[in-house]
Amino acid sequence: MIMKISDLIHVYSPNSPFEVKALDGINIDIDKNEFIGLIGHTGSGKSTLIQHLNGLLKPTKGKIIIDGMDISSKEVKLKDIRKKVGLVFQYPEHQLFEETVYKDISFGPKNLGLSENEIEGRVEEAIEMVGLDYNEVKDRSPFELSGGQRRRVAIAGVLAMKPRILILDEPTAGLDPRGRDEILTQIEKLYQNNDMTIILVSHSMEDIAKLVNRLIVMHKGKVAMEGTPREVFKKVKELEEIGLAVPQITYFMKAFKSKVNDINDEILTVEEAKKEILRYLRSKEND
Amino acid sequence: MIKNITIGQYFPGDTIIHKLDPRIKIMIIFLFIVSLFFINSFYPYIFVLLFVASSILLSKVPVKFIFKGLKPIMFIIIITFLINLFMTRGEILFELGPLDITKEGVFHATFMALRLVFLVMGTSLLTLTTSPIALTDGIERLLNPFRKIGVPAHELAMMMTIALRFIPTLLEETDKIMKAQMARGADFESGNVLNRAKSLVPLLVPLFVSAFRRADDLAMAMEARCYRGGENRTRMKQLKLTVRDFVSLSIMIVLMIGILLFRFW
Repeated sequence: MIMKISDLIHVYSPNSPFEVKALDGINIDIDKNEFIGLIGHTGSGKSTLIQHLNGLLKPTKGKIIIDGMDISSKEVKLKDIRKKVGLVFQYPEHQLFEETVYKDISFGPKNLGLSENEIEGRVEEAIEMVGLDYNEVKDRSPFELSGGQRRRVAIAGVLAMKPRILILDEPTAGLDPRGRDEILTQIEKLYQNNDMTIILVSHSMEDIAKLVNRLIVMHKGKVAMEGTPREVFKKVKELEEIGLAVPQITYFMKAFKSKVNDINDEILTVEEAKKEILRYLRSKEND
Repeated sequence: MIKNITIGQYFPGDTIIHKLDPRIKIMIIFLFIVSLFFINSFYPYIFVLLFVASSILLSKVPVKFIFKGLKPIMFIIIITFLINLFMTRGEILFELGPLDITKEGVFHATFMALRLVFLVMGTSLLTLTTSPIALTDGIERLLNPFRKIGVPAHELAMMMTIALRFIPTLLEETDKIMKAQMARGADFESGNVLNRAKSLVPLLVPLFVSAFRRADDLAMAMEARCYRGGENRTRMKQLKLTVRDFVSLSIMIVLMIGILLFRFW
């Protein structure tokens, strides 16, 4: 187990009229090499939760153990946590600040106190990992790149710290369909080629259904549901009650099933739907 | 720390104080501040205290909020108090090593501290009970007569409105970028002054970039809605003076006259 969150409670501005209980007894275990999807309505506590995972917020109560390290204990250095857990915020390209892509990506490794050689190697690796060409972009200003490229540079800035756990908060928000696909493909590749545990926060049920192997649903600071996407997306009613939904293709297949009986409606992706519909049509032909 | 500043923190309500015309409120505060500086003995402070206390009570703003506004300037108040306490010459009450505390010193120190406290209380009451928009509206209308001598009243008010509107946005943005850079191992808290100043670069550059982007977007959005400055612009909420406005202004004027009489009689 790489991460264990037990009875985590977080209260914003305690003992004031603005007191808000953002997290209310969260228990989550995450194994090595899992690809977790985290969904929930706005204000459900997702952002608060992920900020705890690399020490940006301190738990009001409860424990977080990452890779055998209790991150709320005083002896643990924040640097060590941040080396292990990389956090990519929403719109990460807004945090770019250096003159060149190279310098910006090397900001993280530099803060870790690595040698110049090591930094260069990591920057090159990180740029290649997000699918950009090292020699082409390293000396360019991040501000002259396209939106999708800028976001990838920002993600590379986190990857260069070689985290074992990567958390991405809505990495595709505000991108055009192509930029979106590119980012998602890169994330999938990252997961497959590297020894990495990934937590993906997203509002897109389609993306989640396609990528993750476990889904955690949050509602009002609690874990409302947990399981494989297939298990969770079965509970359409419950999801809708807490302001979420299932992938559109699942709705489509459910509507389809109400017309024809002989079809499986537990479908999550367009690919699966295609197969199932073809199977159905062929079985009809054979009749 | 930033969160403690009350200025621009409107405490919504529906009381007489909230409903006063912002022009009148600004005028009252102006007269209030001028009067404070004319006070040179203790008795008038009793009336000032009554005035401030009853305004606070009427406004139903929790006293806690008023005191919160005092917190950021507590340091200045204490320094003023101490300097006045030790630096005033006169009849010595007792000695603390090289420093003497005089009767006049105690008097002056308390006096100055009270003046500052009332000053801040009055002004925070204004900003607590007046929404920033009403406030700038009031300022614009009050400055209007000066347009003839080239004071860009509307532009000033618009700038103020926009600035106030963006304070929370920028604070939020700062918090976000700070966290993002901290996630990349940035350290804003330790090191000497030079290192700390340097560590602000990763925070300030993105903040400026986003501020300019926001400014651009806002200008575009305003132009798209045909904004052309104050000429011929009408308002949704017309300011109208009512009886309560005249009554409250009169009370302030009476208070001021009383203070002036006390001083010069």
